[in-house]
Amino acid sequence: MSYFANISYALRTTRKGLALTLKYFFSARFRRNKKSVAAANYFDGEKGTFTVQYPKEEIPVPDNGRYKLHNEIDDCIVCDKCAKICPVDCIDIEPIRAVEEYGKTSDGTSLRIHAAKFDIDMAKCCFCGLCTVVCPTECLTMTDEFDYSTSNILDHNFSFGKMTEKEIAEKRSEFDEFQAKKEMAKGDSESKKIKPIVQKNTGAKPVFKPRPIPKRK
Amino acid sequence: MLTFVFYLLFLLIFVVFAVYAERKTAAFIQNRLGPMEVGPKGILQTLADLLKMLQKEDIKADAVDKLPFLLAPFIVFTAIFAGFSVLPLNANVAGSSISGGLFLLLAIISLDVLGIVMAGWASNNKYSLYGAMRSVAQIISYEVPIGLSVLCVVLITGTLDLQEMSIQQAGNGFLSWNIISHPVLLIPLLIFFIAALAESNRTPFDLPESESELVAGYHTEYSGFRWGIFMLSEYGMMLLLSIVITVLFFGGWNSPIPSFGSLMFYDWTSGMYWGTFWLLSKSLMLVFVQMWVRWTLPRLRVDQLMSLSWKYLTPLSLLMLFVCGIWKLWLVS
Repeated sequence: MSYFANISYALRTTRKGLALTLKYFFSARFRRNKKSVAAANYFDGEKGTFTVQYPKEEIPVPDNGRYKLHNEIDDCIVCDKCAKICPVDCIDIEPIRAVEEYGKTSDGTSLRIHAAKFDIDMAKCCFCGLCTVVCPTECLTMTDEFDYSTSNILDHNFSFGKMTEKEIAEKRSEFDEFQAKKEMAKGDSESKKIKPIVQKNTGAKPVFKPRPIPKRK
Repeated sequence: MLTFVFYLLFLLIFVVFAVYAERKTAAFIQNRLGPMEVGPKGILQTLADLLKMLQKEDIKADAVDKLPFLLAPFIVFTAIFAGFSVLPLNANVAGSSISGGLFLLLAIISLDVLGIVMAGWASNNKYSLYGAMRSVAQIISYEVPIGLSVLCVVLITGTLDLQEMSIQQAGNGFLSWNIISHPVLLIPLLIFFIAALAESNRTPFDLPESESELVAGYHTEYSGFRWGIFMLSEYGMMLLLSIVITVLFFGGWNSPIPSFGSLMFYDWTSGMYWGTFWLLSKSLMLVFVQMWVRWTLPRLRVDQLMSLSWKYLTPLSLLMLFVCGIWKLWLVS
């Protein structure tokens, strides 16, 4: 470019640049709406500052987003389906059979098993959502809570079981007594038909090894 | 003496809020919010930073040249603050009454180059040295257009005394400002403003402290209070040059509102406190313009910097000196 063309180019571009930044400066009196990505007018209102001051304000997450799991334990029939379908085995359930139906869930299903332990380890969870799909009483759901980081990974294991140690021991002995009575009634020969409930290994969990999943029948 | 006390206090307060304003301006231009946590809307952020800075250790690396290293920030600040001595404050308070005030100011603020070279050299560090070298080359080159553009104003007003210049621009609001009553000064104003940016080492001429290439340039090795003095000097330079531009072109402490017939707006908004208010608010507007430019234009390359000064600004300001001479002759005749 020639000497004078340079000058005029510099003036024009500087003027344009300054006009642009001044426009942005004044548009900072607006703030973008904190709309969910699902909102119909999500792309409207592009003006203004973009920052979301996170802990004080947040953008709503979509309803069908997959975040932290929650189990409504009163509605849980402890069917163990979620634990079975979980691809990463992050749900740990310890059931105790009740001697009889001890209540009903909110949708009218009978409660026959106590959940001595219902732990979901969100550190392992892969957020596939399969457990919420198989849950027959829809008590296991994904909530909109996504910020639950902790400094200790063990704190990512959330337990939903409400039973106290005492209650667990009580229910267990109740069932054992019931079982013993049944055996007495049926005689020793038949007692082997009823398997005692196998306690799950509560010690350190084995390291996950990838393996081919056997076909379910 | 009064201006000394006033400007020293004002400068300290100004720096605290200018840093905040700078960060907010940057944020708004970039669609961000800027500091928001300390105090309402983050207004106390700079105070918090200042407290942190004052607590920091005054690190002196083993290989630095002790005496110049320790002295440099104070030389830079002294040189720049000495420039404030000739500035007027309002119609009654004139600062140092030296007839050659303007040239004293230009001469004394270029002494900050000495401090910068000392800082860069004594740091014994390649980044600092590069920064110092660039700074010296830049400030010395831009002394030429800045001097010539000031000469244009001096030619027209016929005085070097800043208070005298302000008095000449009194009368009828913005209509009697130099920039309005002598429109030929528009180009010298632009030249002066560009050169002033370069003198105060601000973007787009921040090569001496370009973060992305030289860490922090000549003050790389500094920490704590001494580093703070450098920052104080930088913002002091911004304020000083803005006040000088205000006095030279925008009527100094004169009210910008003209009178209409019996509505004596000009007289109603003149006076000692009004004068101070107008001078400072005009200057702060110019400080904002400097910030605005900073977040608009990218940094120049070293060769572009030199060619801008020597190939464009210097010849243009020489030409403008000639044009202003003719303008003055035409006015006189």
